[in-house]
Amino acid sequence: MTHFDAAAAAVQAALDAGARYADARVMHRRTESMSARNGELEELSQDEDAGVGVRALVGSGWGFYAVPDMSDPAARAAGTRAAKIAAASASVPVPATGLIPLPAATGSWSSPCEVDPLSVPLSDKAELMVGLTTTMREHGADLAESHYRIWDTAKWFVSSEGHRIDQRFRECGGGITATSIGDGESQRRSYGNQYGTRGWEMVTGLDLPGNAARVAIESRELLTAAPCPAGQTSLILGSEQMALQIHESVGHAIELDRILGWEAAYAGTSWLDLSKLGSMRYGSSLMNIAIDPTIPGALGSFGFDDEGTPASARYAVHEGLWVGVLAGRDSASVAGLDYAGSVRSDGWARLPMVRMTNVGLEPGPHTLEEIIASTDDGIFMDTNRSWSIDDRRLNFQFGCEIGWEIKNGKIGRMLRNPTYTGIGPTFWQSMDMLSSEVTAWGIPNCGKGQPGQTGHTGHPAAPARFTGVRVGVTG
Amino acid sequence: MSAELDLAGRVVDLVRRLAGSGAQAEVLVDHTALALTRFANSGIHQNVADATSAVRLRVHLDGRTVGGSTTVVDEAGLTALVERTIAAVPLTPVDPGWPGLAPAAPLVTDGAWDEATAQATPDERAARVRAFVDAAEGLETAGYCRTVYWSGAFANSAGQAVAGRAAEAAMDGIARVPGSDGVARLGSRRLADLDGAVLGGRAALKARAGADAIELPPGRYEVVLEPTAVADLLTNFALYGFNGKLHNERQSFAEIGAAQFDPAVTLVDDVTATAGVGIPFDGEGTPKRPVTFVDAGITTGVAYDRRSAAEAGTVSTGHGWPGGGAFGPVPANLRLLPDESAPTAAVAGPAADGHTAALLSTMERGLLVTDFWYTRVLDPKTLVVTGLTRNGVWLVEDGEITRPVRNFRFTQSYPLALGPGAVLGVGGNAITPADSWDLFGFTGPSLRLASWNFTGGASG
Repeated sequence: MTHFDAAAAAVQAALDAGARYADARVMHRRTESMSARNGELEELSQDEDAGVGVRALVGSGWGFYAVPDMSDPAARAAGTRAAKIAAASASVPVPATGLIPLPAATGSWSSPCEVDPLSVPLSDKAELMVGLTTTMREHGADLAESHYRIWDTAKWFVSSEGHRIDQRFRECGGGITATSIGDGESQRRSYGNQYGTRGWEMVTGLDLPGNAARVAIESRELLTAAPCPAGQTSLILGSEQMALQIHESVGHAIELDRILGWEAAYAGTSWLDLSKLGSMRYGSSLMNIAIDPTIPGALGSFGFDDEGTPASARYAVHEGLWVGVLAGRDSASVAGLDYAGSVRSDGWARLPMVRMTNVGLEPGPHTLEEIIASTDDGIFMDTNRSWSIDDRRLNFQFGCEIGWEIKNGKIGRMLRNPTYTGIGPTFWQSMDMLSSEVTAWGIPNCGKGQPGQTGHTGHPAAPARFTGVRVGVTG
Repeated sequence: MSAELDLAGRVVDLVRRLAGSGAQAEVLVDHTALALTRFANSGIHQNVADATSAVRLRVHLDGRTVGGSTTVVDEAGLTALVERTIAAVPLTPVDPGWPGLAPAAPLVTDGAWDEATAQATPDERAARVRAFVDAAEGLETAGYCRTVYWSGAFANSAGQAVAGRAAEAAMDGIARVPGSDGVARLGSRRLADLDGAVLGGRAALKARAGADAIELPPGRYEVVLEPTAVADLLTNFALYGFNGKLHNERQSFAEIGAAQFDPAVTLVDDVTATAGVGIPFDGEGTPKRPVTFVDAGITTGVAYDRRSAAEAGTVSTGHGWPGGGAFGPVPANLRLLPDESAPTAAVAGPAADGHTAALLSTMERGLLVTDFWYTRVLDPKTLVVTGLTRNGVWLVEDGEITRPVRNFRFTQSYPLALGPGAVLGVGGNAITPADSWDLFGFTGPSLRLASWNFTGGASG
């Protein structure tokens, strides 16, 4: 019995039990993670999970059931159970649910991978991880940590509309963190923490050894750096912090399920009003945000989403106007849109839901060097340390690991505990300079949904400048 | 013997057979059946369930340690787990901090079992959702009703062998009017304790009472925090303050023996006295028992797993997370003890209960805060946290709730907020609000605090 057979059996059982639509995902995932701390290996774990998850639509009610067993009887039982759960949903019905049309597709897709990350000898990886922490300790870190994570996921998708798709994702990444501890506070500098749908070349390309000493020294220097002043100023964000800014204040806001109120009780809603799609100004004319799951090697890339929609790119924000959303087949139907393609699940045991893919900025006309040179008075911040945003994705306060004063077009003294706060559209409309130096950052820990799901998202981002930003908020 | 304990024992035997008697092995087997009925726009839009078994193995051999897990629990899957774990051992550096395996010890508690909750059907969860929606009387509603059934076992090559089972239920929902959400949230070991109509009615009352809110200037305000907000304080104390690994690294505020809290504050981790899934042993097989971290304002201890305990020269307190060594030990059932003699007052308006109403009744001017949202730590050492209020804030003047207030952003050191002299009252009714991740049982009453630092309005 193939994995496609198991998925097909689950789908057929759901149809037999009364579903008008059903789909199933068989998934097999191997993961490996390693962390080192202060010159010693801290934890190594090699994990495996496999199972089938079935989604059934009965009337207007969805049901989902998952089991870690891909035998024919188990798959069929799961399909039947999903339909039964869907039937129970009818007692508190939602308005009639449809799915926007999607041509049946068969296909295969694999992420690019030069060096299979699971084939790299553990001894080599351990030597790298431990060595990084030794270097950071030698350069002044009180606490030196390093880590990597690898995911190797195979998926087989079958729907009652004729989809039959298999995909293989190899994802990995890693990073280092140096912490220096003072009398009243601790300071942290990190590097890397970058992930992609790539092989081990993703980690080697980060040059973690070449940055270990620097982050340790900076973490120590931060303890005695001047505090970030409070007030309003020009803010320059590095590309890593820009990725987080995009993720939180654009990516989540354009999730159609949030806009429709489907996440109202937990993750929240969105300040965006569907009636203004295509006409509302989100940011300055420099702001072009694309939803693009086709970027080779970016963490949010795929061949097909978890509903079988082929990957394709579209704008979410074009020249500052809000023009697109992240959608699934059912949410698009409710909203009267004709596109989906942004539905994913965190493994076989979780319901597919609207998720960010790669959501990021297109290049701007400037360079970071030009941005700094043209700033008379401001602060440059980078690398996220804390992030908080309200349930409509409007009011945010982000803290960064490090800041620098900018005076008369030059980088000045280092600043500790830099924070900034703002309101999403006001902030984005104040973006007056944007660099062309785009990096596709990957965030592997995006939480959403109940039961909780962890998503992998990608965010092309470049340094940018914002004017009149409130900085230096402290407790 | 439970099926899970039998399975754990077989894996321990397999490790010894393949790696020799010198191998130290520990095996955790979890079987979890999770069902969650989710509603939005007053209808069930997501309705899910899964039944998952997982085996987690850790092997220490020749001075080296490797872990792994699988959900493939047939003979081939288990053999593959053991073989790849053993094969990895010689490829890793030595582990000088290995603390050894948990010794054989009996359980102190027997978990929390309610057959009706374990066997709850989709129709039973849907009925509670129906009651919640109906009680909101036409307001838009959203939330979930969840039941969890867990059975598990732990065995190691040092002779520890324990098993348990537990059930949990939770309901969390909001009702909405334009510009105002109201929440009701409750966790329990028994589904029968969750009354959708009561929760829906409370959420609707709060939502209506929050309409037409005014914006107040940021600054320091006296506050009464309801249990839903207090749970966030407990979460951050558990994750960062009483985490023994962070304490070893000097990244925790906790100073053992110091009067860091108000004398009204006593914090105890007790799996038997809270809701949440009541697993009676930790991820290393150490039996859970009540542990006091703050006694009448004095910090008395922190949580340890075996590794952080060895580093600190003490013993595990039973707070090891499976595969969570890098983050460190977390007391998942932290409870702020209520004031058993606290007065009650008649509930008028949006206050959660009579104890909350009593705390408000003597407040000259301050704020009633229902809930916190998206709180993040700016510095673990000082436990300065930023976040927002959510689901209802009201101005209190001369003991009366006078106006709904728009949400605030705050930036506040949590231990300082509960410091000596800062706690003006502790309610008498500790509850466990539903936890979205079905991991925690943080439990507390309402709290009246002298000062909370609001740093901005939600509009900027």
